Amino acid sequence: MPRTQTAYVGIAFAALVVIIWILAPVFLTPRNLFNVSKNFSFIALMSLGETLVIISGGIDLSVGSVCALSAVVTMMLMRFFSATAAAHVPGVTIAFAALLALALAALIGLINGFLIARIRLSPFVTTLGMLSVARGMTYVLTQGRAQYPIGPDVALFTRLANGAVLGLPTQLVYLLLVAVLMAMALRHLVWGRHLYAIGGNAQAAALTGVRVPRVVLSVYLLSGLAAGFAGVLIAGWLGAAPANLATGYELRVIAAAVIGGANLAGGLGGATGAVLGAALIEVIRNGFVLIGANTYWEEVFIGVIIIIAVLIDQIRTRRDF
Amino acid sequence: MSVLELRGIGMEYGAIRALDDVDYAVAPGEIVGLIGDNGAGKSTLVKIIAGNFPPTHGTMHFDGRDVRFRGPEDARNAGIEVVYQDLALCDNLSGAANVFLGRELRRRVAWVSIMDHAAMTRRAAQLFAELKSETRPEALVRTLSGGQRQAVAIARTRLAAAKLVLLDEPTASISVRQVTEVLDLMRRMRDHGQSVIFISHAMPHIFAVADRITVLRRGRKVADKPTHATTPEQVTALITGAVEWA
Repeated sequence: MPRTQTAYVGIAFAALVVIIWILAPVFLTPRNLFNVSKNFSFIALMSLGETLVIISGGIDLSVGSVCALSAVVTMMLMRFFSATAAAHVPGVTIAFAALLALALAALIGLINGFLIARIRLSPFVTTLGMLSVARGMTYVLTQGRAQYPIGPDVALFTRLANGAVLGLPTQLVYLLLVAVLMAMALRHLVWGRHLYAIGGNAQAAALTGVRVPRVVLSVYLLSGLAAGFAGVLIAGWLGAAPANLATGYELRVIAAAVIGGANLAGGLGGATGAVLGAALIEVIRNGFVLIGANTYWEEVFIGVIIIIAVLIDQIRTRRDF
Repeated sequence: MSVLELRGIGMEYGAIRALDDVDYAVAPGEIVGLIGDNGAGKSTLVKIIAGNFPPTHGTMHFDGRDVRFRGPEDARNAGIEVVYQDLALCDNLSGAANVFLGRELRRRVAWVSIMDHAAMTRRAAQLFAELKSETRPEALVRTLSGGQRQAVAIARTRLAAAKLVLLDEPTASISVRQVTEVLDLMRRMRDHGQSVIFISHAMPHIFAVADRITVLRRGRKVADKPTHATTPEQVTALITGAVEWA
């Protein structure tokens, strides 16, 4: 029997790939895989940040809104900088725009983290409020209109956000880089050890001298940053950012994290799981389309998978006792 | 020569007097049983020694110095560790990770300071071996027995080279076989020169390991005798107040 939830998801993932491949051989063509890996990268990226929050025993519901806000702010800033001297140097408008959008996303994460770690508000309610605030800001800034990239760096932006490196979509490359960094940080940094300790028993961690508020604050900041990064990438991929972009994504993101083995009670989860969970959901979506099944069933199927994932986790931990 | 010496300790919460003029001393390598009914002042005394709050009256002397702890960290730095009843362990981490929590060993790789997993596992295994416990350093604490969990908590105090360890009800809620294991752990701590304050309701356990027994009743110390000079019957009478003083 596999020891971790992630191992189960890996097996389920492999099985699903084989089934879909048998039913729809087009699934394993490079072209389809290229598209699938693009589609799931955004959710997976946000899911990495969300997984950190879930390991700490919290939740971040604001990721979808932060993603949208970051996407429209990137576009609006590109336009703004295109009218300044920055437009004369290639790459500068997009660099400024993206960095400022990321800073904004990180700031929102920081505010979440401050309210939760220092003021000790409930993560659910705080980030639910922030979901609304960030979405509202998105509408206020855009007045509900979709934003488009403008200026000298549009082509560069598209290449960076929606290009290919060594035959892999750039989105996937960013995702894998972030995932590897996160996995190493969780395994090797004292920060990672303390994060798991907080999720396992925050009181015990505090008693041994772990600086709990600082670590908790950091995970909300990183979750905001990951959502912001996903937003920038989505903007570059779509070539447009509607104000209702990424609505409801928080649920898909949390689902991916949970399927991947993050436990909402805290103390469990990892980068591999988050990526696998997101990949599993996307493969199901893609499979439904390719097989020609009624796609209305897709949501039902994904819901069942989530419940099975929690069930397996429950059975597994029960056996451990 | 005592490692810990309290003189005239008193603690008042408003009008309530939780401790009244308590003198208390622990010698190096001594196991002192601290016993008393609920509300007798045991936890107040433990919290004062552990630095959770200062006493309203009296002085504390530890390891040759007058001390006044402003917080648990002060007490820890001085060499006093507490093993709490609920053990304060992280179930989702390994034994070694728990032993080193907050004191992780690190090494540098390039410019990054990372955890030295191998060194921590090795040192934890060594600590468990010293305690003659069969705890595996890599095993998740969730999977350990009550006795092994105590070993993890106690190994933490040995890592800190604590001179005095307070064990709060370490034998509560574990099986009989594991009680033997935990009592052995305490003897090992004594053999290594650590002083132990063993807080418990379980008379047989106290009598099995303690060198000396202190009884508190309603905030006062009513007995402080070598274990061989008293009996469970006498201690019970002292706890309940059937005998006033001994």
